[in-house]
Amino acid sequence: MRIGRATTWRGAACAVLLLVAGVSLAANWIAPEGYAKQYREAADAPPSHAHWLGTDEIGRDRFARVLYGTRISLLLAPAAALLSTLMAALIGGLSGYLGGAWSRAAMAVTDLFLSLPWLFLLITVRAVLPLNVSPLFSVLVTFLILGLLGWTSAARVLCATSATLRDSDFVRQARASGIGAVRLFWMHVLPNLKPVLYAQFWISIPAFILSEANLGILGLGVAEPMPSWGSLLKELEGLVSVGEEPWKLVPLILLAIVVTSFQFVLARQEEAAA
Amino acid sequence: MCTQHRKSFLISIAACFILAGSAFGQGELRFCLRSEPKTFEPLKVEDEASATIRYLTGGVLVRMNRQTQALEPELAQSWKVSKDGKQIIFKLRSGISFSDGTPFSAEDVAYTVQQLMDPALHSPTGDAFRSGPGNVETKIISPTQISITFPAPVAGLDHQFDQVAIMSAHSPKKEMAVLGPFMVDDYKPGASLLLKRNPNYWKTDEQGRHLPYIDSIRLDIQPNRDVEMLRFKRNELDLINTLDSEYFDKLGAISPQLVHDAGPSLDSEQMWFNEVAKSPLPAYKKAWFRSEAFRRAISEAINREDLSRVVFRGHAQPAVGPVSPANKFWFNAKLKPESYSPDTALKALQAEGFRMENGTLKDKDGNAVVFSIITNSGNKYRERMATMIQDDLQKIGVHVNVVTLDFPSLIERMTQSFDYEAILLGLTNVGLDPNEQMNVWLSSSDNHQWNPSEKAPETAWEAEIDKLMREQASSADPKKRKEAFDRVQEIVFEEAPFIYLVNRNALSAVAANVQGASPVILVPQTYWNVERISLK
Repeated sequence: MRIGRATTWRGAACAVLLLVAGVSLAANWIAPEGYAKQYREAADAPPSHAHWLGTDEIGRDRFARVLYGTRISLLLAPAAALLSTLMAALIGGLSGYLGGAWSRAAMAVTDLFLSLPWLFLLITVRAVLPLNVSPLFSVLVTFLILGLLGWTSAARVLCATSATLRDSDFVRQARASGIGAVRLFWMHVLPNLKPVLYAQFWISIPAFILSEANLGILGLGVAEPMPSWGSLLKELEGLVSVGEEPWKLVPLILLAIVVTSFQFVLARQEEAAA
Repeated sequence: MCTQHRKSFLISIAACFILAGSAFGQGELRFCLRSEPKTFEPLKVEDEASATIRYLTGGVLVRMNRQTQALEPELAQSWKVSKDGKQIIFKLRSGISFSDGTPFSAEDVAYTVQQLMDPALHSPTGDAFRSGPGNVETKIISPTQISITFPAPVAGLDHQFDQVAIMSAHSPKKEMAVLGPFMVDDYKPGASLLLKRNPNYWKTDEQGRHLPYIDSIRLDIQPNRDVEMLRFKRNELDLINTLDSEYFDKLGAISPQLVHDAGPSLDSEQMWFNEVAKSPLPAYKKAWFRSEAFRRAISEAINREDLSRVVFRGHAQPAVGPVSPANKFWFNAKLKPESYSPDTALKALQAEGFRMENGTLKDKDGNAVVFSIITNSGNKYRERMATMIQDDLQKIGVHVNVVTLDFPSLIERMTQSFDYEAILLGLTNVGLDPNEQMNVWLSSSDNHQWNPSEKAPETAWEAEIDKLMREQASSADPKKRKEAFDRVQEIVFEEAPFIYLVNRNALSAVAANVQGASPVILVPQTYWNVERISLK
């Protein structure tokens, strides 16, 4: 009974994610005017027939911006998650398999990265990047940075799992039978790391979505006029107004729904891994 | 029985007096300081919070009426400035004491001026008086008369004394002995400051009642404007001195009688291009930015009316130049804001060799006109203005990338590395006199932002501005000074080293229980007449 209910929830979560992704991918057809058009005569307008979620402070259609912002966040967060998971597999998995000094050195680097003050690091990275970059490039750079810096926790988990596998009977047997180190890692260790890699990948997606949102609130990350969930959430800075204008909460609600849906899907991946 | 009646009558009379007194005499005015005051020493003030304390506690010789913008006598009954602008003679009021009872005399004025000009103290207030090398001479003519002679002419000499709070030469309490309407009673760092009425304050109103009317002022240190607004709504605060246009509208929608729009303030928002010769920009971009035609065309393609109406919800006016129309005397009324005309802008650029190709403007060498505008992250008004400018310039084929940076990074690029293309920032003007802007307009100055610290003026118009600014600074004739500064404004308009965008309005909120507050555009907007404010 409990298993059946959980499956229903996971199914619903998958359906929600597919729906959100599908609608955001169809943004060009649903909101053909685009996310940057400024209806200056109707700035900060409440929801209406013309603007379903009203307009932002400079008159841009909020519904269009939510659609396009969702597309950006939902497409690039998995890409960044993939990058960070691959790096974690390479650094954590390989060092755990090699063990000894390799493992200690890799974990020292990982600990160093974990101890870095992320916020200040990201502010510094943004400050040294070239200024004259297009909004699209800024999006790519933001998620690239997130991907390049977000591998550390996963690397620790993978290092421990890989070390366990290294000392397992089947690996010892394979080694004794004369299989080379590279082939052994590729054919026997890596496939056994897959469930952990999947789990790390799914965990990273909502984490990166939230990180981008945090960066957006700080004025870093995706550049104007391109929307992202982060830039849309910036509208909530004036807490006084939220109760009076509940439609401004839509990006927040959508973010919560998507992250929760990912968690439900993730639970299934973890069960599969177990 | 008769005695009882008489007693009741006397009690009633006394009660009436107490009640009548309470209309003015009691109560605590509450508002917020947005940061911790850095000092209580009036001569060392350079931050806004300390300036507030100085205004409320300091006694000055002359005070500029924030409403009429005219200079009025305070501790000085009268004054006279010499024709050469070097000397000022004050005739002081007699019978005045500091808050601790120490008598006030010309000795205190002499002491304050010597402290003010002491290089070791390096008083920011004293900077305005340092017009040339040499020492200031103070001569006490009598206990109520003093002559002060500066080594070189000081422009607007009498006006500069508006900022000089007189300190006691003899009081053991040093800077805590004050001549203003209030004195510091309690200070809880990081939390609040309590000012109590100065029992020895010399002023009375027309009915002979002692000023100030209110007993005390509680200043809560609160940097968060959202919290300040919430507290005002909950009647925990009586004033908000400067209000955002967004909050102004929201509060105004509920209680229109509480909000006040005093019109354009002295503050301006502007953008400028990097014209520094040694900047690490490509040569073709330097050529664009150093071209007056390019700058004017960009200026013409920006819709200032929309910036005022959309970003500031109508609580701003298109800006003309370095002087706001709020500055009644110094504003050059002949100048009008640049009219929005993308077509004219495009034609002007085409006349300079630029051409439009597939929606992108290209220069004569085929380089696409693309540049970035930096502004400080966290300032939503500037971010919105930059995004609207991005949209406006798109119409003439100019592609703008909006970049928000943390303030230290922005300042580093602006003043050290010069690694930027355009910057959008605001300028807060406190004083009315053009001398307050000397550090911006002199080409040798560090704050000559578009091209700081020039060894010699790099353009003819910068040389002319240098000459005019020096001329007005060394003249004591207001008419001549006005003529010179009017011409400076015309040159700035023609050459557009700064592209002035808007002048924000002075917005404030005053609680219903506050009587006598009459918000103005000059700092301090809501409590400039604090001694005459009372509470219901």
